[in-house]
Amino acid sequence: MSTYLTKRLLYMLVILFAASLLIFCLYASTPGDFITGNIKLTAERKAELREIYGLNKPMLERYGIWMNNAFHGDFGYSLAQQKPVLQLFNDYIWNSFLLAAVSTFLTWVIAVIVGVISAYKQYSWFDTLVMVAIFAAMSLPSFFIGLFLIKILAVDLKWLPPGGMITTGSNATGLAYLKEVVRHMALPVVVMTLLGLGSLTRYFRSNMIDVLKQDYIRTARAKGLKERKVLFTHALRNALLPAITLVGFELPALFGGSLIIEQIFNWPGIGQLYMKSFGLRDYPLLMGFTMFIAILTVIGTLLSDILYRVADPRVRL
Amino acid sequence: MEANSRMTGLHESRVQRQKSSLFRQSLKRLMKNKLAVAGFGVVVCMFVLCFIGPFFSPYTDNKINMTLMNKAPNLQHLLGTDALGRDILTRVMQAGRISLTVGLASMLLSVFIGALLGAIAGYYRGIADQVIMRIADLLMTIPSLPLLFIFGALLSEWKVRADYRMYIVMLMLSIVNWPGLARMVRGQMLSLREREFMQAAVVLGLRDSRKLFHHLLPNVVPLLIVMATLNIGGAILSESVLSFFGLGVMPPTPTWGNMIDAANNMIDFQDHPWLWIPPGLSIFATVIAINIFGDGLRDVLDPKQKR
Repeated sequence: MSTYLTKRLLYMLVILFAASLLIFCLYASTPGDFITGNIKLTAERKAELREIYGLNKPMLERYGIWMNNAFHGDFGYSLAQQKPVLQLFNDYIWNSFLLAAVSTFLTWVIAVIVGVISAYKQYSWFDTLVMVAIFAAMSLPSFFIGLFLIKILAVDLKWLPPGGMITTGSNATGLAYLKEVVRHMALPVVVMTLLGLGSLTRYFRSNMIDVLKQDYIRTARAKGLKERKVLFTHALRNALLPAITLVGFELPALFGGSLIIEQIFNWPGIGQLYMKSFGLRDYPLLMGFTMFIAILTVIGTLLSDILYRVADPRVRL
Repeated sequence: MEANSRMTGLHESRVQRQKSSLFRQSLKRLMKNKLAVAGFGVVVCMFVLCFIGPFFSPYTDNKINMTLMNKAPNLQHLLGTDALGRDILTRVMQAGRISLTVGLASMLLSVFIGALLGAIAGYYRGIADQVIMRIADLLMTIPSLPLLFIFGALLSEWKVRADYRMYIVMLMLSIVNWPGLARMVRGQMLSLREREFMQAAVVLGLRDSRKLFHHLLPNVVPLLIVMATLNIGGAILSESVLSFFGLGVMPPTPTWGNMIDAANNMIDFQDHPWLWIPPGLSIFATVIAINIFGDGLRDVLDPKQKR
């Protein structure tokens, strides 16, 4: 186990290192830089600023500097916002986390309930309906469903605000503030939950179907246990256990924000920060964000593999 | 699986006969799944509508007609007209051609790359496996949406002509999609190469290429067909996201994604919903039909993975 972990961690580092080099070169070769976009500056001032920000150095030298600083825990300054990248992340990440945590929680709860009922009543009309809904949820273009719901629920019916986290110009505090945020996050949370529901419901449904066919379920029924006890104590537990391997894969989504949803709903999260910075070519921020997601992905995969072993001791790592 | 592997070693004529019987068996089982048949029907309808429909439309010339600006759906223009007086229904069909082509072509390309590299990695193992799978790991570590955004921005840097962009978008989507397919094919290869029929192939002294393309890969084909079908839906969705953010296929070439771009304009978004809702619904209908059909295919071709 420990040799496995050492090997695995080393490989993770190598992959992340290679990924950082590749991403850096790609970002550096995208057209324009942060200075080009500013038309107010004279040519001399532009050259001067490029000198200050180090944008005129060769690509590999810039990468070397970036990597060296990153090793010392310094991910640079955002050019557009003149703040350390890590501080900006800290400012925005929790807004993203709020959306992601609530919608992930809802997704899991609904998926388990619907999946289990659907499996228990396999081939019933309810099950068929659920299967169609699962496919619908898996086929939704995220940006379109977001726009569609804004148009109907916010613009036409005016039930919910169309975007943002608080009403513009509002300075509500305490309970009123909380209420405002809840109203604003309702729509994005609904969309994110919808998007996640399809595959997860399907996962729990098929797990439960497999478990219900097992011999120990027949034994439990033969012993004369109540159906409820068979279902919730014997079947459900075994159907839920494998799902802990999915927890790792949720990691990037939980903290990495959602580029599309946050952009559509104008939610001040890390995903929207990325979209804004992409247009401005704010390299330190783009680089920091992409590496952040890559690190989360790698850690999440490792976590999943370890949890897989916890769930099923027969698996050897 | 056994019949499948047996047939691959036989001569052309017998291969033909056996293949058709396996094909007929699968088809028979597929026809029993009404949902999957309906899904296939919708996909076919979409293709027919997009590729043949425009020939029956009187508005294909995309002439700019200012008197017909932003008209709501009416009898002449069933889905209304856009800011340049162009018929939306015709544009949705023309856009569908591009979106469906991009989805289909990028799927073919990623399946080709994924199957080839996965097969090589799984069959030869050793250094080839190391190199291919490390590249796949690397591509899978980088979040795909930012990667696609960067590629999209690079396209503008290289001043790619607007009508060539769609080909490069196909390529971009394939670059992001092949690692998953390669990993799957490799896994299959690793288990297949240990099977008895491969020992027989070695004893017969067959060439590597023959073993690979006539004995190993045909066994992966059913699984590959399933993955490929489901992949088309994903590719159509990715293309629409990219084009929506102005980094994929650009106007004047219409795609479903860049038509929804109209929603980025506050007035069009609120007052002219016929500009962006039809292409969105088209994406949704197409992808859901493909996914349902793909799932039906999986039940037939790959019963082990039945979900």
